[in-house]
Amino acid sequence: MSTHTNPPTPRERLVVVGNGMAGIRTLEELLAKAPDRYDITVFGAEPHPNYNRIMLSPVLAGEKTFEQIVLNGRDWYEANGIRLLTGDRVEVIDRANCTVTAISGLTVPYDKLLIATGSTPVIIPVPGSTLTGVVGFRDLADVDTMLEAAARGGRAVVIGGGLLGLEAANGLKVKGMDVTVLHLMDTLMERQLDRSAGALLRHELERRGITVLTGADTAEIVGSEKVSAVRLKNGQELPADLVVMAVGIRPNTTLGKAAGLACGRGIQVDDAMTTSDPAILSVGECVEHRGQTYGLVAPLFEMAKVAAARLAGSAEAAYTGSVTSTKLKVTGVDVFSAGDFTGGKDCEDIVFRDAARGVYKRVVVKENRILGAVLYGDTKDGGWYFQMLKDGTEVAPVRDTLIFGQSFGGEGAANPKAAVAALPDSAEICGCNGVCKGTIVTAITEKGLSSLDEVRAHTKASASCGSCTGQVEQLLALTLGDGYAGEAKAKPMCKCTDRTHDEVRRAITALDLKTIPDVMQRLEWRTPDGCHHCRPALNYYLLCEWPGEYKDDSRSRYINERVHANIQKDGTYSVVPRMWGGLTSAKELRAIADVVDKFAIPTVKVTGGQRIDLFGVKKEDLPAVWADLNAAGMVSGHAYAKGLRTVKTCVGSEWCRFGTQDSTGLGVKLERMTWGTWTPHKVKLAVSGCPRNCAEATIKDLGVVCVDSGYELHVGGNGGMHVRACDLLVKVETEAEVLEYTGAYMQLYREEARYLERTAPWVERVGLDHIRRRLVDDAEGRAALNARFLFSQSFSQDDPWAERANGSVDRHEFAPLAQVG
Amino acid sequence: MDQSISWITVGSVEDIPRQGSRVVRTGFGDIALFRTVADEVYALEDRCPHAGGPLSQGIVHGARVTCPLHSWVIDLASGEAVGPDEGCAGHCPVRVVDGAVQLGLAAFRPGRGGCGHG
Ligand SMILES: Cc1cc2nc3c(=O)[nH]c(=O)nc-3n(C[C@H](O)[C@H](O)[C@H](O)COP(=O)(O)OP(=O)(O)OC[C@H]3O[C@@H](n4cnc5c(N)ncnc54)[C@H](O)[C@@H]3O)c2cc1C
Ligand code: SF4
Ligand code: SF4
Ligand code: FES
Repeated sequence: MSTHTNPPTPRERLVVVGNGMAGIRTLEELLAKAPDRYDITVFGAEPHPNYNRIMLSPVLAGEKTFEQIVLNGRDWYEANGIRLLTGDRVEVIDRANCTVTAISGLTVPYDKLLIATGSTPVIIPVPGSTLTGVVGFRDLADVDTMLEAAARGGRAVVIGGGLLGLEAANGLKVKGMDVTVLHLMDTLMERQLDRSAGALLRHELERRGITVLTGADTAEIVGSEKVSAVRLKNGQELPADLVVMAVGIRPNTTLGKAAGLACGRGIQVDDAMTTSDPAILSVGECVEHRGQTYGLVAPLFEMAKVAAARLAGSAEAAYTGSVTSTKLKVTGVDVFSAGDFTGGKDCEDIVFRDAARGVYKRVVVKENRILGAVLYGDTKDGGWYFQMLKDGTEVAPVRDTLIFGQSFGGEGAANPKAAVAALPDSAEICGCNGVCKGTIVTAITEKGLSSLDEVRAHTKASASCGSCTGQVEQLLALTLGDGYAGEAKAKPMCKCTDRTHDEVRRAITALDLKTIPDVMQRLEWRTPDGCHHCRPALNYYLLCEWPGEYKDDSRSRYINERVHANIQKDGTYSVVPRMWGGLTSAKELRAIADVVDKFAIPTVKVTGGQRIDLFGVKKEDLPAVWADLNAAGMVSGHAYAKGLRTVKTCVGSEWCRFGTQDSTGLGVKLERMTWGTWTPHKVKLAVSGCPRNCAEATIKDLGVVCVDSGYELHVGGNGGMHVRACDLLVKVETEAEVLEYTGAYMQLYREEARYLERTAPWVERVGLDHIRRRLVDDAEGRAALNARFLFSQSFSQDDPWAERANGSVDRHEFAPLAQVG
Repeated sequence: MDQSISWITVGSVEDIPRQGSRVVRTGFGDIALFRTVADEVYALEDRCPHAGGPLSQGIVHGARVTCPLHSWVIDLASGEAVGPDEGCAGHCPVRVVDGAVQLGLAAFRPGRGGCGHG
C-alpha cells in the first residue's frame, strides 16, 4: 500500500471560441474519447446554450419552439464540467501568451484553442442596407425580429432565392405576410437544382402565394429610418415592411485574421484541422480546407470528429474533404440534391419524370459511377444515391433500374401488366377525365371494344393528355387476351419521348401547358432539354396554341429562324426582302442595288417565288443590311421561315388580255393577311388570273385560279421533292370568301399538321373529305378558324428585321464574343 | 495538366446565351463557345467535321449541338460526331473562373473529318 498519492497531473486547458454546431459537436466527440483530458471553457457570442441552427426555419414557420431545438442545455455543460460563457464575444487571441480575452474583459489561458466562429450573412452593400427592418437569417435574434414583423402583418421582401431565402420566405408566408422573393439568377437554388427542378419548385412556391421574381437585381433599399420598399435595377419598386437578406454567407475569420493565422476565404487548416499555429485548431464554417469552405452541417461534423480525435491525442485522424448534399426544409416540398449535377464530359443523364405525382429525378452518371443527383417531389432515395456517390459504387449492374430507386424490383413494378392487373376496379386510370379501371374493363367487355380509339371514344380514357395510354392498352390486353392485336404504333416525336406529335399537342391543350419545360415535365421527357427534333416542334405547338401569350424560345429554333436569314453552304447568309404579291418599284430596286454595292454582296438572284435573293452576306453585316432595306420600306420576306413565304401572282386582268380578275391585287391582299404567320412547315400561295395558270397556282399549298364566275381554291399542292398537284377544294364568288377560306385553311393546317409536315402530306393523311367537312360544309367552323387565324396574326405581324437592325433583340447573335491571338 | 496551359479570358459566361453559343476569332480560326442548359461551357472549332458547317449556329441540347447544315450531332465535350457519323471537330480547353470564360488556346487540337482537317 503506498503512503502517498501522486498529485493529479494538471489537466490541459482547452478553450473553444464559438458555441455553435461545429464547436460543440467537437466537444461531444472529445468527451466520448477522452473525458478527463481537458479543462474546457466555451465562449459564445449568443446569449443561448448550443442549439440546432438548421432548425431555425421550422421555428420561424411555427413548427417548432426554441426549447425543442436546444441541443445541449446548460445542465449538459455543468455535468461535463465545462465552463460556459454565453453572451461574451472573444475579441483578442494573444498567441504569444496563449490567452484569449473576451468583450467582458475576461482573459482565459489555453494550451489548445479551438476556433469555431461559423460565418456571417453577406449583406449586399446597396444604399439602405443598414435601415431598421433589414435582417439576415442566421441566429435566433434574426428569427425573433422576423416573427415580430410578421405579427404586424404587411409585406416582406426576401432577397436571395437559395436555401435560406426560400425557407425564410415560406416561414414568413405561413406567418401571414405578403412575401416576394427576389432572385438574381433565373433558377431558384441554382447551385442545388437544375432548371427543371427549379421550375417545379417555383411553381410550388407560387401556388402557396409567394411571388417569385427572377433576374431581379436589387439597386436600393428605400426608407428614411425604417425600410419602406426595395427598388430593383430595372426601376421596379416593391413596398416592404421587412427585408430579409439571404444572399450568402462569409466565413467569420475576423478573430483568426487579427491573430495572424493564415486565412484565405476562411481560416486555413490542414487535414488535422490545425491552423498555421499548431496550438490552434479550427472547425466549422469559418475554415477553409484544401481551398474549400462549407456551409452545411454534415462536413462540419466530419471535421469535428477529426478535430476531437486529434485533441484526444491521435496522430492519424485526417479530414480529406466532403461531398455534400442538400435538402430544403419547407414542409411539403421535397427537394434533394447532391454532388455535381451539371453533367459534362462523358456524363450520362438519366432523367425520370412522373407528372402525375409531380416527381422529377435526375441522376448524373460518369464512368458507371454516380456523380450527382437532383430529386424533386420524391426524395426517399436521396440517401441511397448519396451513399453510392460518396462510396463511388459501380452502378453498371443496376444501371437500367437505377432511376426508379432502391425499392424497385418487385414483380408489380417490374411488370407493368401485372401492376395494372393488381389494381382494384376503383383505381383511377385516366386522371384527365376521371375514368377508373372498372369503367374501362366494363366498356371493353359489354360494348365489345377492341382498340384504343374505341376505348377513347366510349370512355374518354386516354383521350386527353394520353399519359395513361400504356395502362389502357394493358387493360385491353388483359381483358381481351389474345383477342387484342395491339395498336399500330404511331411513331414517337423523337427519342426524348414515347409520345407522338398528336399526343403532345393534345396534352398541351388538355393540360394547359405553357412552356417547353412544363411540357417536358408533365409528359415525362427522358432528356434534360430535349433535342433538335422536339424543341422546335414544341416551340411551334406552344406558339400556335397560346397566341400572344407564349414567349417564343429562340434557342429552340433553327438558325434561319433565329437570325431571320438563310444559312448557305459556306456559313454566309442570304437575305430576301418582301415584295408584296411580287410587285416592286424603282425605289426598292435602287435600294437593293445600293445594299449590294455597299456590302459587296456577290450574288443577286430572282427566286422561284418571284422575289430577289441577296447571297453571300456575312452574319455580322446582317443587321446593317436589314437597316438599309428597312429604310427603303422593305421588310423581311420570311424566306427562311416555317411560315408564309411568298404569294406568287400573274399579271391578271390589269394587263393580261386573258385575265379575268385582278390576280396581282388579290395576291397582295393575301400576302398582307398571311405574312408573319408561323406554320408547321413553309407555306407558299399563288394566284393566277385565268386557267392558263401562269403563277403555277395548282402546285402550291394553296392556289387560287381566277375564272369568269369567281375563284377556284386548290389545296395541298407541292413543287418539292414529291411533286403533287392540288386538289380542288371549292369554288367561291368573292374576294372576301377567298380571304376567309384562306385564313381558315391556314389555321386548320396550323392546328392539325405535325411539325415539318407540309400541306401535301397533311392533306393526304387526313383526307380531302375531312378538309371539306371542316371548311366547306361547316360555315360556322370556317368562320371560327379564320377568326382564330386573324387573332393569332394580330401578334405576329412584326418585322423581325427591324427589331434586330436597331439592336433591341438578340444583339449577341451578330457579333463575335472576342478576338484573340 | 492545367498548370502547363496559359489561359486567356475571352468574356463572361453571361455573354453566352444558355443553350446557345458565341464565336471567338483566333489565330487558329473561329472557336465556338457553347453554354448548355446546365451552364457548362465548351469550346469547339467552329467547323463541322462533315462539310465545315458553323457549329456555333446549331441547336444546343444536353451537351450536344446539331449542325445547322445537315444535322450531324456533335458531342460538345469531345468534338466527336455522335452515332453513325464519324469525324471530330477540333476542341480547345476551356474553363470558367468566377464567371469568366478562359480558353487554353495553346492546347487547341484541330479536328478531323471531311473538310480537309486530315
Ligand atoms: C436558418 C438556417 C438554416 C439552415 N439549414 C441547414 C440545413 O438544412 N442543413 C445544413 O446542413 N445546414 C443548414 N444550415 C447551416 C448550418 O446551420 C451551419 O452550417 C452550421 O450551423 C455551422 O456551424 P458552425 O459551428 O460552423 O457555426 P455556427 O453554428 O454558426 O456557430 C458559430 C457560433 O460562434 C459564435 N461566435 C462567432 N464569433 C464569436 C466570437 N468572437 N466569440 C464567441 N462566439 C463567437 C456565434 O455566435 C455562433 O453561435 C442552416 C443555417 C441557417 C442559419
Ligand atoms: S394566268 Fe391567265 S391572266 Fe394570268 S398571266 Fe397567265 S394568261 Fe394572263
Ligand atoms: S433545291 Fe433548294 S435546297 Fe436544294 S440546292 Fe436548290 S436551293 Fe438548295
Ligand atoms: S456540315 Fe455539319 S452536318 Fe454537314
